[in-house]
Amino acid sequence: MDTRLSPESHLTTYPRFLLSALRQATDGSLAFYAWMILLTALALVGLNAWAHQTAEGMALTHMNDHVSWGLYIANFTFMVGLAAGGVMMVIPAYLYHDRDMHDAVIVGELLAIAAIVMCLLFVNVDLGRPDRFWHILPGVGRFNWPVSMLTWDVLVLSGYLLLNLHVCGYLLYSRFIGQAPSKRWYVPFVFLSIIWAISIHTVTAFLYCGLGGRPFWNTAILAPRFLASAFVTGPAFIIITLLILKKMTRGFVRGDGPVQTLISIMRITVLLNLFMVLSEVFTELYTGGSHTASAIYLYFGLHGHDGLVPWIWTAIALNITAALLLLTPAIRTRTPLLVLACAMTFVGVWIEKGMGLIVPGFIPSTLHEIVEYTPSLTEWKVTVGIWAAGLLVYTLALKIAAHVMRPAT
Amino acid sequence: MTPLTRRDALKGLGALLGAAAFGRALAPLQAWTEGLSVDAFLQRHYRELTPEALRDVLRRLEDETLQDYGAEVHIEDLRPLPGVKFAYALNLSVCIGCRKCVEACHHENNHDRDTQQSYIRVLEMEQGSLDMERGTADYDHPVPAQGKYYMPVQCQQCDNPPCVKVCPVEATWKERDGLVVIDYNWCIGCRYCEAACPYHARRFNWKKPSIPADEINPVQAYLSNRIRPAGVMEKCTFCLHRTRSGRLPACLEACPTGARVFGNVLDPDSDIRWVLENKRVFVLKEELGTKPSFFYFFDV
Repeated sequence: MDTRLSPESHLTTYPRFLLSALRQATDGSLAFYAWMILLTALALVGLNAWAHQTAEGMALTHMNDHVSWGLYIANFTFMVGLAAGGVMMVIPAYLYHDRDMHDAVIVGELLAIAAIVMCLLFVNVDLGRPDRFWHILPGVGRFNWPVSMLTWDVLVLSGYLLLNLHVCGYLLYSRFIGQAPSKRWYVPFVFLSIIWAISIHTVTAFLYCGLGGRPFWNTAILAPRFLASAFVTGPAFIIITLLILKKMTRGFVRGDGPVQTLISIMRITVLLNLFMVLSEVFTELYTGGSHTASAIYLYFGLHGHDGLVPWIWTAIALNITAALLLLTPAIRTRTPLLVLACAMTFVGVWIEKGMGLIVPGFIPSTLHEIVEYTPSLTEWKVTVGIWAAGLLVYTLALKIAAHVMRPAT
Repeated sequence: MTPLTRRDALKGLGALLGAAAFGRALAPLQAWTEGLSVDAFLQRHYRELTPEALRDVLRRLEDETLQDYGAEVHIEDLRPLPGVKFAYALNLSVCIGCRKCVEACHHENNHDRDTQQSYIRVLEMEQGSLDMERGTADYDHPVPAQGKYYMPVQCQQCDNPPCVKVCPVEATWKERDGLVVIDYNWCIGCRYCEAACPYHARRFNWKKPSIPADEINPVQAYLSNRIRPAGVMEKCTFCLHRTRSGRLPACLEACPTGARVFGNVLDPDSDIRWVLENKRVFVLKEELGTKPSFFYFFDV
């Protein structure tokens, strides 16, 4: 017997679904309100700093003609990785038919949505002329595709956002109206999103590694390295999310399976990432010559300039410690240890792949001048604002999902 | 409908406060949006403009310069001349590193006075080395110094320009006479070209340029030295507002040693042609395959 809704009735149930989502997004405990108010306040501080930056010029940042990309593009690069990292739940769930993971996979897909929103924000705050944003829209402006890698990035990032919005929206709506989701409306999209996740981070790496004038980035290992580190930070962030969700919601995330699977994944990816960093460092330092100047600046300091040295060694220490912690058997049972390892490697990769990758690409400059860079207060405010906005999106998405997916009582 | 509860009222109040705070946060943008005209916002790419539309744009830009800077200027649209391909050569044996070219560029191209901007950087290099790693642009002593030679670097007007390749919106391109130009009114300010250029030839306008009215060079062209808006890229165009009307670049005219040679390589009688045929010239970072139109040579 077919109990499916007629097409017309979707016209009434879909608005009801949206209304219920809105209600969930604006209703909750005192702690929920406090969290939302905090994030909103931080996001508004960022918005205000950006408004000043746009009105008064990007001289409010500490970027300059030597280091022409800074904290914004560093965070952009990192967030693309976080968005791609969500796929590490999708692969076990759909390729290896892991039942537990299947129930929790939406946590990763929603993370992808929030992370992509942050990516788009980070790119936009880096534009000198945000009012000319329409120039990059295909069909309306002049889209230098396929030659410019940035146009590829526009395509893959917005495509990934749409794919995940569709999959999450469809699954939640089906659940809301109490019907089993029809496979043909989401399974092909899920498989497409797996390939797409790889593509977003590959294209973002190509953005940098295709530049012959920047030897520090001009390395074939960049895309694999980006993916390896993405598959560290993605699972790390999702593990922490799952642990929080287990405490805060009733029965949305069942069992310990997903966390255990993600630990198994991280045990490999965290080592793989360290291995790739080692390969890179060896090639740079053993070869020597002028092309190594950026790497020497990053790891040891160059001609008395050593602004990034403490940062990169902190990152390496965090990543190695996290790798060792993850290898201990206790990590599977002792939650605080697990949270510590995840947080450490998350921060470690954020440094290594953000400031540790973007900034040294510019130091020394192409004429071998050394101008160091530390972000300005404006840049920090905008960055914190975007993180707050991203967490806001993620929290609301999870809250709505947890409500819709709650087990029947 | 359920009656209005206290919780609903509080939520409404919260939403109201949030909206007000949002408006306050964006308040600094107000002055900025007032400075943007609808015409400027909707302006199409330089290469899509009809002659009439372009004429209107040039008049609008002249009006804006008068309003913003109090200077009467004439902005022309100069196209590449047929049968012309520009090239530049620099004699490293006679350059003394005086930076007169840097200064001339600064004034000729209406650069921001506060930042002392210029399209040329002069490297003080060590005898016996072509490695820029051992050179410096920050020298501050009488020139020429013992054991040093000097290498001015500006846009190399590459035939295979990495900056043009990476631009996501085609705001920069190579013209028939070899010049790489930017439509300052189309650039979105992503600075990808600045990352891609191997010669540090591109500059960003981190703020609105400030220039006293009486120092503004009124002879301007759309694609070269007109005062650039904030938030866009700019670069050396071999002074196309001069060179496309038969004059020489400002950096060449300022050079006290005659180290600079400029001209049309398609003209067999030109000085540049003679240098390229008779001197042992080289280009910077040849291994990158950028094919510069800027050559260096030692006159020995």
